[in-house]
Formats: sequence, structure tokens, C-alpha cells
Amino acid sequence: MKPATVQELIWAGVLVALAAFWPMMSNGYWLGIGVDVMMYTALATSWMLFSGPTHYISLASAAFFGVGGFVVGSGMSDYDASFWSMLALSAVIGGVLAALIGLATLRLSGVYFVIFTLGLAEMIRNLVSWVQNNFLGSRGLYVLTDFTDAHLYWMLLVTAGCVYLLGWIISRSRLGFALRIIGGDETVARHVGINTATAKVILFTTTGVFGAIVGAIIAPRWSYIEPNQVFSPQLSFFVVIMALLGGSGRLWGPVVGVIPFLLIWNWVDSNFSNQSILVLGVAFLVIVYFLPHGFVGRIEQLRASARGRS
Amino acid sequence: MKQASAVLSVKNVTKRFGGLVAVSNMSFDVAEHEMVGIIGPNGSGKTTMINMISGVFAPTDGRISLRGRLISDAAPQIIAREGVGRTFQLVRLLPGLSVLENVMAGAVYGHKRRWGRDAEDFAHSVLERVGMDAMSHAPVSSLTYIDQKRVELARTLAGEPKVLLLDEWLAGLNPTELETGIELIHNLRNEGRTIVMVEHVMDAIRSLCDRCVVMSSGAKIAEGTTEGVLSDQDVIRAYLGDDDA
Repeated sequence: MKPATVQELIWAGVLVALAAFWPMMSNGYWLGIGVDVMMYTALATSWMLFSGPTHYISLASAAFFGVGGFVVGSGMSDYDASFWSMLALSAVIGGVLAALIGLATLRLSGVYFVIFTLGLAEMIRNLVSWVQNNFLGSRGLYVLTDFTDAHLYWMLLVTAGCVYLLGWIISRSRLGFALRIIGGDETVARHVGINTATAKVILFTTTGVFGAIVGAIIAPRWSYIEPNQVFSPQLSFFVVIMALLGGSGRLWGPVVGVIPFLLIWNWVDSNFSNQSILVLGVAFLVIVYFLPHGFVGRIEQLRASARGRS
Repeated sequence: MKQASAVLSVKNVTKRFGGLVAVSNMSFDVAEHEMVGIIGPNGSGKTTMINMISGVFAPTDGRISLRGRLISDAAPQIIAREGVGRTFQLVRLLPGLSVLENVMAGAVYGHKRRWGRDAEDFAHSVLERVGMDAMSHAPVSSLTYIDQKRVELARTLAGEPKVLLLDEWLAGLNPTELETGIELIHNLRNEGRTIVMVEHVMDAIRSLCDRCVVMSSGAKIAEGTTEGVLSDQDVIRAYLGDDDA
């Protein structure tokens, strides 16, 4: 991943400002898609903070997302806690969980890391279900708030904006450069003096914090929460596919992957609801065969060849 | 009295991998501004020795210290920051980064911790010194083998190491490249750097090294001036077998 430029930050600021008007221009179906877009933009961008430069493909997104949703659900329905305090708590728990997973996976790389994160997310789902069923009484949790979709949309927009800003700062820092070196060759990284463990755990923790925040914000949308629903492994795959479709070469890559993917997904889902999972497979094939570096890679390739011709 | 000026000191170092003893009871010192060669037949444990100094793995027994500070238990990143820089037997560059960024990687996390403009300027100056500054914005995939080696050397130099470890830096070069390579290391030597080199190219060893440590089957079989060890009977036997000794 290349360091982000000031120009990119300005563009991102303009886009965030424009996106803030979406709830005023749409309602119902399109606002719902807007919420999905913001949710996955935040998730995929935060996934990219760690996985983009290091090339470690994490399938643990659902674990953090689920923890966020579950903490809000459990806190609000079992302990009468406020949404905001649970939002803060879920960020902390998501961060701690990510740090632990990060520490546990330090020695893993490549496919081992992928499988381990997937397995761990599943384990957490089952563990939470088990605790919920045996010790906390209720099977499902009610999250009742006054938030409308527009409120959720704005909260997610702010979160996505924060993720981007943080990513922008990191990509221009020593830490960001260290991650690119780790992504290139971890042995070299250690031998130039980088504490690779610390760098990886810090970034993975950020991913966990934001995953949990997004999960917490989206919880009121469902009203009724069940562990199996918020810890759905499909979400982890969605995040990876969208991020890769956009391209991991740039921090803004996920945005250009999330929007087309969700539009197609929703269209297929509403017309051929049994076939929607096909979209996931097709998107994966498209990435492998046509867009190995995502839309971003293709855009930059076209730009480079245009420059070469002129 | 030699102890006092030793920058790098290896004492009774042994490395076992399971039942295999890769390095056995090695001891040697490297003084400031000295250029020491570690030579020996293939599989004699030279690279293992370099790997232990740079922290890839810790010795099973013994101590390695840099200016009196024990480094043999430290992680590679700590040893790098203490001032040990190395190149790799099979050149290792960072593929997604430009030549300049590859060299900056060495400057940013070393003991000087340069950043931004400072790191960039310094990387340029190091590239200049190895004769690669013109290529600073090229992708590393476009480089020839000797150029890759030069960039890797530049990255190591950018960390301003107190001790430079070169692991067969001259291996795999063609005769013209070899000449360039030897000259480059000669210049480093003239700058007064402290260098430990593992090498097979005898011409290079003769013209570059002040002293040599000879290893065979993991153990030190000779140590002394380059001319001295190269005419040593044990060394000749280790390289060529009993008949030629």
C-alpha cells in the first residue's frame, strides 16, 4: 500500500461531506443500501489498515463485529445500560480481543493465518452462544432505541471517516512504512530494526476496535439480536471480497469495491434470492482472473498507460 | 589487550539443531576498523555463525557481545538497533517498494531513526555511494543481480551499522561484476568500517581481509592473517582433502 497523499485526504473530506446528505435524498430501500454501504466501507477500510500493507488476510471481522453487536444487545436488554456506554465498552472489548488474537497469531503467516482467524471467529461465536444460553438466561437480545436508519447512517459515516483519517495518518508514519516492509519481507523487517510483533498487534487491534464499533452501531437496526446472526462468518468473507475487489493498493480502495458489490448483491438478492451467494463466488473469480489488484490496480494501470501514450 | 578494542566478540559459541552440531565452540574477536573473513568449505557453519550474530537464532551455548554488551539472546530487531547490519546470502529486497524506499527502510528504524526528508536525503547519499542513485525510483524487479546486491548493501549501510556482516556478497556475480563488487567493498574498507565477511571468492579474501577465521565442520580450524591461514596445512586439507595437503 502506498502512502496516502494530502490530495487524497481532501477528496475523502469532500466525499464524506457529500455523503452526509444521502439520508435527505433517499428513504426506505435506498437509505438501507446507504447504511450497508457505510457499514461495509468502515469494516473493509479498517480491515485494510492491517491486511492491506501486510498481506495477512484476516477472516476474523465477524468476531469483532459480533462482539460489538452482542455487547450492545446484552448490555441494553439484560443490564439496562445505555447505548453509548455499551458502544464504548464494545470498542474496548473488540480491541482487547483483537490484541489477544494478534498475539496468538504472530507466528502464523499465509494460509495458516487465514484459517486460524476463521476458526477463531467461529470459536468465539460458539463460545458466546454457549455462555448466552447457559448463564445469561435469554437466547436472544432486544436492542430498542429511538435511532432511525438515518441516524445509524450518520454514525457509520463518522466511523468510516475516522477509520480513513486514522489510516491516512498511519500510512504516512513510521508505523505505516514498517507495515509495508513487513508485507514485503518480514525477515528483512526485523533485520532493519522493526519490532514486527508490536507493529502487527497495534494495527490488528485498530481493526478489532473499529469492527466492534461498527457492530455496536448496527445493532439497533436489528432490534432483536442472536449470536449466530451477528457472528455470521459470511460477513468476514464479504469484507475481504469487497476490500480485494476495490484493491488493497490504496486506502480508498475498499470504497470502490463496496459500492458496486452491494448494488449487485442487493439486485440479485431481491430478484433471485436463492442465487445470491453466487455473487460472492463470481466476485471472487473476477478478482482472481481480471482484477488481481482490484479496481484501484486497474485504474492506476490505465492511468499509467495513458501517461505513457501522451 | 586485544579484548579491549574488540567491537564484536564471539566466545565459545555452539549451535545445535537437534542432534546436528552446526557450530561448535567458536571464538573470535573483531577489532574496530578491521575486516575479518570467515571462510571454509560448504556446510561448515559460516552462515549459521552470521545468523547467530544477527539474531536469526540464539546460540545454544556461548556468548556474543557487541562493544561489551551481550547480544546473543536478543531479537534481530534489537541487534539491528544496537548496530549490527547484514546482507543475505540470497539477496532480499522488498518487492513492492522502489529502490529508494528499500534503502530508506534501512535508515528509518536503525539507531539514528531518521524520517521524512532526512531519511530520503540520506538514502540518496548511500545510493550514490554504491553507484545506484540514478535508479532510485525504479521498481526493484527491473534490477540486474549485481544492482539488487548493491541496493541491499545500501539498505544495510543506511542503518549506519557499527559492524557490517556480508554473507557471500560476491557470490553469483560474473567476472566484470565481481570487479565492481570487490572495488565497492574495498571502498567500505577504506572508510574504516568494521566488517565480517563470509566469502568463497579467494581473490576477494586475499585483497580485502586483514584476518581470517577458517571453519570446517562447525569448528574453527585456523585463525590469523589471510596469507598465514591460506597456507596452513589444516586449511588446505579441509578444502582440498588429504592428498593435496
